[in-house]
Amino acid sequence: MVKKLPPVDVVLVGFGWTGAILGQELTDAGLNVVAIERGGWRDTPTDFAVTFAQDELRYYYRQALFQEPVRETLTFRNSPDQTALPMRRLGSFLPGTGVGGAGIHWNGQTWRFLPSDFAALRHNTERYGAQAIPETMTIQDWPVGYDELEPYYDRFEYLCGISGKAGNLNGQIVEGGNPFEGARRRDYPNPPMQMVYGPTLFGAAAKELGYHPFPAPSANMSRAYTNPLGVTLAPCTYCGFCEKYGCGNYSKSSPQTTVIPVLLRKDNFELRTNSEVLRVNRDSSGKRATGVTYVDIQGQEYEQPAEIVILCAYILHNVHLLLVSGIGTPYDARSGEGTVGRNYAYQIVSGVNAFFDDKLFNPYIGAGALGIVIDDFNGDNFDHAGKGFIGGGYLACWNTNGRPIENSPTPENTPKWGAKWKSAVAKNYLRTASVSTHGAVMSHRNNYLDLDPTYRNAYGQPLLRMTFDYTDNEMKMSEFLTERAADLARAMKPREIRINARKGHYSIVPYQTTHNTGGTVMGDNPRDSVINRYLQSWDVPNLFVMGAGAFPQNPGYNPTGTVGALTYWTAEAIRSQYLKNPGPLVQA
Amino acid sequence: MPLALNRRHLLSTGVAAGAAAVINPPISQGHEVSGKVPWSAGDANTPEFTRSGDYQFLTAAEVAFLDAAVARLIPADDLGPGAKEAGATFFIDHQLAGPYGQAAHWYMQGPWASGEKTQGYQSRMTPAELYRAAIKAVDEHCRSTLGGREFTALSPDEQDKVLSGLEKGEIKLANIDAQTFFDALLQNTIEGYFSDPIYGGNRDMVGWKLIGFPGARYDYRDYVSRHNEKLAFEPVGITGRPGWNPAKS
Repeated sequence: MVKKLPPVDVVLVGFGWTGAILGQELTDAGLNVVAIERGGWRDTPTDFAVTFAQDELRYYYRQALFQEPVRETLTFRNSPDQTALPMRRLGSFLPGTGVGGAGIHWNGQTWRFLPSDFAALRHNTERYGAQAIPETMTIQDWPVGYDELEPYYDRFEYLCGISGKAGNLNGQIVEGGNPFEGARRRDYPNPPMQMVYGPTLFGAAAKELGYHPFPAPSANMSRAYTNPLGVTLAPCTYCGFCEKYGCGNYSKSSPQTTVIPVLLRKDNFELRTNSEVLRVNRDSSGKRATGVTYVDIQGQEYEQPAEIVILCAYILHNVHLLLVSGIGTPYDARSGEGTVGRNYAYQIVSGVNAFFDDKLFNPYIGAGALGIVIDDFNGDNFDHAGKGFIGGGYLACWNTNGRPIENSPTPENTPKWGAKWKSAVAKNYLRTASVSTHGAVMSHRNNYLDLDPTYRNAYGQPLLRMTFDYTDNEMKMSEFLTERAADLARAMKPREIRINARKGHYSIVPYQTTHNTGGTVMGDNPRDSVINRYLQSWDVPNLFVMGAGAFPQNPGYNPTGTVGALTYWTAEAIRSQYLKNPGPLVQA
Repeated sequence: MPLALNRRHLLSTGVAAGAAAVINPPISQGHEVSGKVPWSAGDANTPEFTRSGDYQFLTAAEVAFLDAAVARLIPADDLGPGAKEAGATFFIDHQLAGPYGQAAHWYMQGPWASGEKTQGYQSRMTPAELYRAAIKAVDEHCRSTLGGREFTALSPDEQDKVLSGLEKGEIKLANIDAQTFFDALLQNTIEGYFSDPIYGGNRDMVGWKLIGFPGARYDYRDYVSRHNEKLAFEPVGITGRPGWNPAKS
């Protein structure tokens, strides 16, 4: 028996970054807001206090903070002619669950996309000709540009207290920042982090080679910071437990450390945890969402009516919800028709270890976004003529951690076990610096999300099915970036290097990044997008879909900065336009 | 058990009364949060650490097998103790007896197919079942190909050859993927060597001392700018280190 609850103005499905920001913005507008979160309540003193937060086995290897496949997972295959099999345990990416979502256990690398990233199709076609875009590549321009989003990037960066150095202030290039970035109207709220030795050497080598190194923009605090909501974060202590961990010291921006303490005090906001939304309900016209149905941990179902429904879960879950709710047209790879699940993309990463005899890097003195970066090979910051690919990525020397189960690099041809392995680990643990590449993934006709015909989740619903592989574009680009990374590693003058190139088919097994994108992409018409430029559903105008699912393809940066900017952008559109005149904000 | 009922869930379902100030009378069995940030004394979600000194899952024969195997994967040598001395077998035992051994958080519904390597772990066995069956199968392999001897009776060189055969998939085991077992064994051995001592391995923090990892410290601010310096930190575990808690005489 489904219990029907009293109606509210807004229901938010999922309570991570986008849910927390929208909760704050829409309660500020006077709306009654309920957030429904599948996982439990989580907070610093209770779940990852400094007295027990530095626990590599529990948090990463036994996955204390992540989505549990036993309840919700997906099936995976590389190509449409294979049979997808379930992701039985997590590997390649680590979606969050619980209050704060993956915003608790991210590294904090907080980027803006390049202005040209927003015009991937137009820009590359103009510069390199239509033949530069393979027939099966389905990239498209964003329906919003960098200049429009700039004030919203700014809001997210000031909410978080990002540490960094501007490279382009109102069009003026600033020495020491990223000269390739789009113009920003003011500097970061906090100065760059103090730099450790490895990235410092990398920066010097990059400069010698004529590149433009700069300190990475970081959501790890370089000093104490009080954000515009009045929430204070503490200086980062460089403990080296960021990604896959919660910060015990209130030093990493998360929904908990920036928004939630203010939002939860409001009497027009309520959060319901341990409650999994099963579907979005619609009226008989199919064009109006009436609310959501969710189930609590006792198996009781509830219907929560709402005037506005906003999907704020992780992209895989948002796509799944649209598909199981029958909203929009599922993408069909054979015909190329349909939009829900289309243009799923990811990231392509590789790295080069540099082993030294005479230098000590003390890798355990780290932070998730502590590093020096060059952007000379990202986006279209370099000439792609004759290279056979478009897009790029950044190269970085991060010093994120020295956690020994995960991070004990060994030179080429070292066995994986035995006395030789042991001595190689002992010799190199303190003496290795690494250069990593972080590359874009363009969208492609055969990379998509749909429903699996066989496997089901704990609620009896079909699992999401992921079909994904890297294409020639990504492989060539990653090879190019890896060669540059090797050049940089050699320029640091190590004893030897080890190149960990991206080879073979994409695998769901080794951890790569939790940068899944697309599937609910934004666009300027309903033929090739699920949502319009305000992240509003074309089919159901009182339904909005947040997150990196909106990305038409995935640029060479970490997604969270843009996810935050798009959230503020949408909040503003709802507040200043939609509430005055509910209905489509863009005419199809 | 997908939805383990720990103390936090009891709170969320209203069984424990003390938190009423922040947990409203539920309109649903989810955990209602509004008005302020919830916090309850004594509600810290601390790690489940190893309290007992006894083996919980492995038989004596399985302990002997794993002691021999982990001693080859990370041997004791001039550099210091190996995985056996670090208690990796005891660590693995407790992991196999707990949620990891039962695959409690994994998707374990059929149908089952082996699939491509890129599709990951597809065994219907839990880690506990995998270890139990694989140890038996490896011993069977040794008996039938190495003169009737079990793995523990082999010389270190012979043991290395067997392990290497499992690693490369050259040894075929009945109904078990040898590489799947080897990958789990190696991963769990490294975990038992480098994880916090509260889980029963990394005894005396020998893994951390070998490489120079300072352990569960959280504040290095004074050291960030000390480039290329040897920093002689004594490692610390979540429960401190032995020097903080001298044994009672």
